[in-house]
Amino acid sequence: MTAPSGFEAVIGLEVHAQLRTASKAFCGCSTRFGDEPNTNVCPVCLGLPGALPVLNRGVVESAVRMGLAVGSSIAPTSIFARKNYFYPDLPKGYQISQYDEPICRGGTVEIDLDGGARRQVRLTRIHMEEDAGKSIHDAGDGTLVDVNRSGVPLIEIVSEPDVRSPREAALYVQKIRQIVTYLGICDGNMEEGSLRCDANVSVRPAGTAALGTKTEVKNMNSFRNVERAIEFELNRQIALLRSGGTVLQETLLWDAESNTAHPMRSKEEADDYRYFPEPDLVPVTAAEAWVAQLRSELPEHPTLRRDRFEKTYGLPRYDADVLTAERGTADYFESVVRELGALGADSAKAASNWVMTDVLRVVGERRIDIAEFSVPPSSLAGMIRLIGNGTISGKIAKEVFSAMLETGERPERIIDERGLLQLSDETAIGKVVDDVIARNPGPLATYRSGNAQLLGFFVGEVMKQTKGKANPQVVNALLKQRLT
Amino acid sequence: MAVIRDIHTHRSLVRSGTASCETITRGFLDSIREHESLNAFRALFPEESLGRARAIDAKRSTAGALAGVVLATKDNICRKGKPTGCCSKILEGYVSPYDATVVRRLEEADAVLVGTTNMDEFAMGSSTENSAYGTTRHPLDAQRVPGGSSGGSAAAVAAGLVTAALGSDTGGSIRQPASFCGVVGLKPTYGRVSRYGLVAFASSLDQIGPLTRTVRDAAEILQVIAGHDPSDATSSREAVPAYVDALTRDVKGLRVGLPKEYFTTALDKGIADAIMSRVEFLRARGAVVRDVSLPHAEYSVATYYVISTAEASSNLARFDGARYGRRSDGTTLAEMYTRSRSEGFGNEVKRRIMLGTYVLSAGYYDAYYRKAQKMRRLIVNDFENAFREVDCILTPTTPTTAFAVGEKAGDPLTMYLSDVFTVSANLAGIPGLSIPCGKDAKGLPIGLQILGKRFDESTILRTGDFLESV
Repeated sequence: MTAPSGFEAVIGLEVHAQLRTASKAFCGCSTRFGDEPNTNVCPVCLGLPGALPVLNRGVVESAVRMGLAVGSSIAPTSIFARKNYFYPDLPKGYQISQYDEPICRGGTVEIDLDGGARRQVRLTRIHMEEDAGKSIHDAGDGTLVDVNRSGVPLIEIVSEPDVRSPREAALYVQKIRQIVTYLGICDGNMEEGSLRCDANVSVRPAGTAALGTKTEVKNMNSFRNVERAIEFELNRQIALLRSGGTVLQETLLWDAESNTAHPMRSKEEADDYRYFPEPDLVPVTAAEAWVAQLRSELPEHPTLRRDRFEKTYGLPRYDADVLTAERGTADYFESVVRELGALGADSAKAASNWVMTDVLRVVGERRIDIAEFSVPPSSLAGMIRLIGNGTISGKIAKEVFSAMLETGERPERIIDERGLLQLSDETAIGKVVDDVIARNPGPLATYRSGNAQLLGFFVGEVMKQTKGKANPQVVNALLKQRLT
Repeated sequence: MAVIRDIHTHRSLVRSGTASCETITRGFLDSIREHESLNAFRALFPEESLGRARAIDAKRSTAGALAGVVLATKDNICRKGKPTGCCSKILEGYVSPYDATVVRRLEEADAVLVGTTNMDEFAMGSSTENSAYGTTRHPLDAQRVPGGSSGGSAAAVAAGLVTAALGSDTGGSIRQPASFCGVVGLKPTYGRVSRYGLVAFASSLDQIGPLTRTVRDAAEILQVIAGHDPSDATSSREAVPAYVDALTRDVKGLRVGLPKEYFTTALDKGIADAIMSRVEFLRARGAVVRDVSLPHAEYSVATYYVISTAEASSNLARFDGARYGRRSDGTTLAEMYTRSRSEGFGNEVKRRIMLGTYVLSAGYYDAYYRKAQKMRRLIVNDFENAFREVDCILTPTTPTTAFAVGEKAGDPLTMYLSDVFTVSANLAGIPGLSIPCGKDAKGLPIGLQILGKRFDESTILRTGDFLESV
């Protein structure tokens, strides 16, 4: 770990993932982000007198799928509880959550440490709850409340204090994000708050078992902030202990602007949430057969998929990591390989290179989902096949790729229309080679005097003359032959 | 002046065109105005009601099951576009943007809902003295209370100001005022009637039900309001039987239980005698009467006050001045909350919020709330055991008849004991019916309570209808 030696960090993480259900957890209102404030509301999510919650089963399904993906045990019966506290963006004065009977218990999340080692972070539980509204404090006079988010479903994933460094914490959150996006239950957007992380942080002298006093750090809205905030807090605690002070149990808010965390409230004076079973809802059941069906429909776990990419396609670990980081990328890559057919395994690395560099670059630049990418996997595979059989050069392929991007047409058609077919005819290329040699007596002399590096100059000139269409292998061979 | 008739008669008159719904409605509106001193009503909607009555008259023979029935609803049942205030200052000015499911069902059956009735604030009380809008008076004696918390509904029915009224019953709030006022009050099985749109007091105990002049009318109203509601997760999918058809007046072979824990020497003799005389009627017509035991009955009031206040403390958290209702000024958020709630809630409501907050607090939860939940289970078991031997259980509805205004207002514990015979039904989720059972020496009505198995309203209605006929 990065903290000064002599201390060990003990970190537990609570990740809130906003679920992608179309409607809210307990009413039919839309969960859409970014709509006009207070438009996606009804008596239920406004907490009006007399209104009652009715559970959206999609929430249970998402929670169970997450639990299955991380090996939790799924409770056949779980119950909702009320968490009571006063705040203007909490319309009912309580949050419907789960307390002592959550839907999932246990499970593990495996993270890959930077050195290549793997580490198991145990989970305590996963439970379902509703989001609160949003308080807007910087809108002139007073505070405004947008209730659109009130009642949007969340799952809270609570880890055991198994995380040992800020870096591990960031890797853990990234892994959670990868899993929830693979499952399609959360869009994983930390900036928009779809994925939120709180950390319980404490330190203890290295080699001891007793836990130190913990603080809770909130408001870390990016992976980088998770790392920085925990780093800050660990250093603060260690400095405090070294100077003979004691750590106070409190909640700190991370401020990314100033790179510091400020105390929000001390736990001693914190609310007693007075949890009790939610009497407006009946116990949640998860029938064995239903859970088994959800298990059978789970997508491949991203870690397993990464391992399979290495093994089946012979890809380097780096490629496998990049390609499986997002489910969409992995799906796209595998479609390309499938289209390549018998050629698949051999040209997997070529497909990987195209997806990792060109495809992901464009997806990133255009800020689109890979599912909306304009070049279908079959076209990319077609192009890779044309490179493989010498129809076009790698250089021309870049041009074909750009054209496919703009027009959405098949590579064969683009090559045809734009006359990009590779020139492999030795007689034709030979004429150009002779011409280039004749027009460059100076470089020729230098080359012949033993400077073999000038070969590149002649290749470049020939390619220029042929507008890049000449087969580079043929050009190389002819030049070597005729320059000597 | 309104002519007192039952629901069946009203329906026939309107459908046949013999009487107009408008005339009937006018008659009741006149009666209500003549009895303003009772303070039974919170709000009246005369023009709208007459408009609806005319629309119902236009339907004639196709008018619904409650054609010609003029009804009132308790002030804690939401009505779209109308004040719904639970007789609390904290909801001053609040207008509900939606109808409770029961309101929608009643209107679909062509009932005319003329107004909302007075109640103890947030249904917390047994006398209607806790209303922020003054005490409702007993129709037979203005110096006495009508009971509560549905005191306005009971007084309105007893005085003939409406044919029927809806109340809500969390620990006896329909049955106790029905008993005091000499009318019929039914608390259905928990889950039988949708709670959607009933402002919650204690969610696991609350149930809406009718107050009527006859058992048959109670059956008619229940028929309309019972049944599953997708908006209430706790409402049951159990089929709704034809309640009126169950009123056969045949009690031969009916197994009737008398809980020995209730019929002790401590019971008021006038009340005990009145109940026993009805028991004799049943026996004479072939019912089998036997003693049953409810061993945990003595813990029911304590259990009830832990669970109901715990739920209330959470249910009433939403009344904080931030979004609707009364808001008091404050320089900080905490001050705004404190002032709004201190000034908006009455003493009894504050007392229960504090009690409920306490029993749910860290360090006290196990000793109070959890223990009360365990006791609730034992009380449920008591009834399950008893109902293996009998079809219904008879008890007094209340330990006393209507008491004087102010008599118990300063003594909450004595007031809470008014619920001693009624709270168990809420804890167990079973249905309970209170019917008039003669009068005491002062001429005040006595109530007889008939408790039944879950979802077996038919049996208690049949028993009540029989007793009413003798």
